[in-house]
Amino acid sequence: MSKLIQGQTGEWEVVIGLEAHAQIVSDAKLFSGAATSFGAEPNTQVSTVDAAFPGMLPVINRHCVEQAVKTGLGLKARINLVSVFDRKNYFYADLPAGYQISQYKSPIVGKGELMLSMADGEMRRIGITRLHLEQDAGKSLHDRHPALTYVDLNRAGVGLMEIVSEPDLRSAEEAGAYLRKLRSILRYLGTCDGNMEEGSLRCDCNVSVRRPGAELGTRTEIKNVNSVRFVMQAIDYEARRQVAILEDGGSVIQETRLFDPHRSETRPMRTKENDYDYRYFPDPDLLPLELDAAWVESVRRSLPELPDAKKARFVSELGLTPYDADVLVAEKSHADYFETVAKGRNARLAAHWVSVELVGALNEIGAGIDTSPISPAALGQLLDLIEDRTISGRIAKDVFAVMLETGQGAVALVEERGLRQVTDNDAIASAIDAVFAAHADKVAEYRSGKDKLYGFFVGQVMKAMGGKANPGLLNELLKNKLTR
Amino acid sequence: MSDLARLTMFEARSGLRAKKFSARELAQAHLAAMAAARSLNAFITETPDRALAQADASDARLARGDGGMLEGLPLAIKDLFCTKDVLTTACSHILDGFRPPYESTVTAKLWQAGAVMLGKTNLDEFAMGSSNATSCRGPVENPWRRRGDNRPLVPGGSSGGSAAAVAARMALGAIGTDTGGSIRQPASFCGVVGVKPTYGRCSRWGVVAFASSLDQAGPMTRSVSDAALLLAAMAGHDPKDSTSAPLAVPDFNAAMTGDIHGLKIGVPTEYRVDGMPMAIEALWRDGIAWLKEAGATPVEISLPMTKYALPTYYIIAPAEASSNLARYDGVRFGLRVPGDSLDAMYEKTRAAGFGAEVKRRVLIGTYVLSAGYYDAYYVRAQKIRTLIARDFAQAFEQCDAILTPTTPSPAFAIGERQDDPVTMYLNDVFTVPANLAGLPAISLPAGLTEDGLPLGLQIIGRAFDEQTMFRVAGVLESAAAFVAEPGQPGGVERTMAARGT
Repeated sequence: MSKLIQGQTGEWEVVIGLEAHAQIVSDAKLFSGAATSFGAEPNTQVSTVDAAFPGMLPVINRHCVEQAVKTGLGLKARINLVSVFDRKNYFYADLPAGYQISQYKSPIVGKGELMLSMADGEMRRIGITRLHLEQDAGKSLHDRHPALTYVDLNRAGVGLMEIVSEPDLRSAEEAGAYLRKLRSILRYLGTCDGNMEEGSLRCDCNVSVRRPGAELGTRTEIKNVNSVRFVMQAIDYEARRQVAILEDGGSVIQETRLFDPHRSETRPMRTKENDYDYRYFPDPDLLPLELDAAWVESVRRSLPELPDAKKARFVSELGLTPYDADVLVAEKSHADYFETVAKGRNARLAAHWVSVELVGALNEIGAGIDTSPISPAALGQLLDLIEDRTISGRIAKDVFAVMLETGQGAVALVEERGLRQVTDNDAIASAIDAVFAAHADKVAEYRSGKDKLYGFFVGQVMKAMGGKANPGLLNELLKNKLTR
Repeated sequence: MSDLARLTMFEARSGLRAKKFSARELAQAHLAAMAAARSLNAFITETPDRALAQADASDARLARGDGGMLEGLPLAIKDLFCTKDVLTTACSHILDGFRPPYESTVTAKLWQAGAVMLGKTNLDEFAMGSSNATSCRGPVENPWRRRGDNRPLVPGGSSGGSAAAVAARMALGAIGTDTGGSIRQPASFCGVVGVKPTYGRCSRWGVVAFASSLDQAGPMTRSVSDAALLLAAMAGHDPKDSTSAPLAVPDFNAAMTGDIHGLKIGVPTEYRVDGMPMAIEALWRDGIAWLKEAGATPVEISLPMTKYALPTYYIIAPAEASSNLARYDGVRFGLRVPGDSLDAMYEKTRAAGFGAEVKRRVLIGTYVLSAGYYDAYYVRAQKIRTLIARDFAQAFEQCDAILTPTTPSPAFAIGERQDDPVTMYLNDVFTVPANLAGLPAISLPAGLTEDGLPLGLQIIGRAFDEQTMFRVAGVLESAAAFVAEPGQPGGVERTMAARGT
């Protein structure tokens, strides 16, 4: 699959780098003790530090530092034992201090990497440039009053990790895959909940185009895109816009743009917003952040198994296909569910039932795996019934549907509804005989060479037996009798 | 003036414990002195009700035999410290009407130690100034006058109101803040003791910020031992200030043994500036002689980067200030002047709220942090700051404390030196280096000019070695035997005689 864009004058390559802003999972803000929960009444989670009252001072939240280090280690990145907090100065109503505390020249995390599994089975390495800690701003509410803007400072001071990728991405699809993979790693680590609709993961996209192999083109930055789909749409639009400009003989202006999800297009921000000189300088209220190497090692040892390692284990130890393993590990909750089901059972069967049957059914009823009406243990019992041939795979699907609806256990359901598979040769043989008797003409047709009628006989016998005939036995007996 | 207002803090403490007078009587004596000297404009907010309530509480504790280290002692608080529910303005219109919902760590410690708040004192707007002339509440008058000249003089700044209050016996002691000399220079101008502790010794939490890497709170008193006592109550690690040092507070008074035998006192050659009055030169020589007599050894030291200290300070301090003062935007507290847009509201609010000197420093600070200038100014200034600190570190390999004049001139008349900011900035030439290096320094009154104005000597100590600084200061204080008081020429003569000039 070519990633190149076909223009009027030839092919173009898109070059993309992403800056993700990931809200840190923490009960308290980055520099104050105020709470951080989403959706609280406006200005109820604000301390005098967050509101930048005179004389208020920031104190770093050690938990947020640990979360950043964990994330850095999860991205196989260099952890900088000394990092520095800087002030990024600009005026805005929802930025109470008139500066954002961020890390500019000396971030807490340096270069790392993230691996993408591409559709063709290839692995792509995407470089991570850096991860730094910074404060979130508050929210300006423009729709509460005809003439005034209200400010909600609940989010002001909440800790963010800005995770910057190298310009290694080459298509909107890759950018989407990168963001999904990043989100997956963050969720595995428990350092960001990754809920893009709540704004706890947002993305700035740097996009440029060039002739394949040429120097980098002029880039634009699309700010604050808040879903994977929008990121892909924004990049797609922006790349085509730039190609059109260049093919018309124009040049791309380096600028900051906004994505309008209603029109699926990007627009330049007001030029004034492009003109900020942030006057970065080290925050004199905070000492350089110094980490102990032994502590970093202890954090490293405490890291959970991450998606790539889990996938490798699912393939090598459980015999899953790389594709099935990928699907399962993308969401930690799915992988965990699967592992519980697969323990002591046929892993491939479990993988199929979890990632196809269960997830498909849950999607239909709008539930997540965490709120699944069928527990892993219950699904496991259903699989046991398939494995020991108590029921067929087809019956299992019916049982599963009832379980989903009623929450009943598989064993009880099979007993109660008499769904136990019939493995009695005589019972199946007499059912076949009855079908043959009723359709003697068809038997004759088959025997004179009309092979296609085989399925008809299977269906009739199954129907006669309420679907409970063991499919293997049925096939065996039917073939014998037909060829006789 | 009541005799109760003439006591030192130690004397008052003994009197209270011996039940010679009550905390209420002590507070009333000071409130009366404040009323009598209101024309000095030292206090901008008086809190008599609170003072009496606190004094009564002190009396109750003293009656039970309880009481903290400052029990019942009336103090003046620079209006840069946030005091809960009490108007706190930094003497800027931009904080008009601001009553903090919190108490600064330093003042909270004072109240916990039993101190009584008399009121909030005048200062240069946001502590930016060396004469108290930039206050939006008008200038403070120095209680001292030149002999035979009744023109009002500046008290120095920025802690001018605190210095004047202590000098004029309106408070037993006061607290100030010192970013480039804002405690020591007014202490010198007003004939009182002022201490800038080591950076990190006192919490900055709840102190309106001017330049965060330089600001330190400190005591202003009428004796060195009072300063040691007051500092002990103010100091201590505060987890709410990341730059506060996690160190125990030593017993500073116990360090004042009176014995400086064997100590080496550094005398920096670079602290002689052109046009410095003879009296200051002479006083400095006296100081060296007194310490030598007491058994210390004076050593010539060199602090070659001294000449860069002032320009360095006037890059770093405004840079930090320009950012620290961005929060005064009319959105959440203090003054708001409405405008048609957010930017218009900012511009109108800040134009109306800030005075000329504050605007000047915000502009300088914004400039030196701007793209294209940052490396040439801010980064270079930080490098020089490091070199200045190294100068001191090397000097302290040869000596235990450094003796210098506090200021290159005595107090000047109100209105003088207002035209040229650079001349005004030169007031801080001897005090700024200790801020840049984060070192503790004390100014104590040691002599008088020919026309009877007080002059201070400064002792700079090693970082977190206030003990040695106090020890030397105590000896210097005894030797100088400064007993002059403002408006009391008799005292002047005695001091001149004592100095043997």
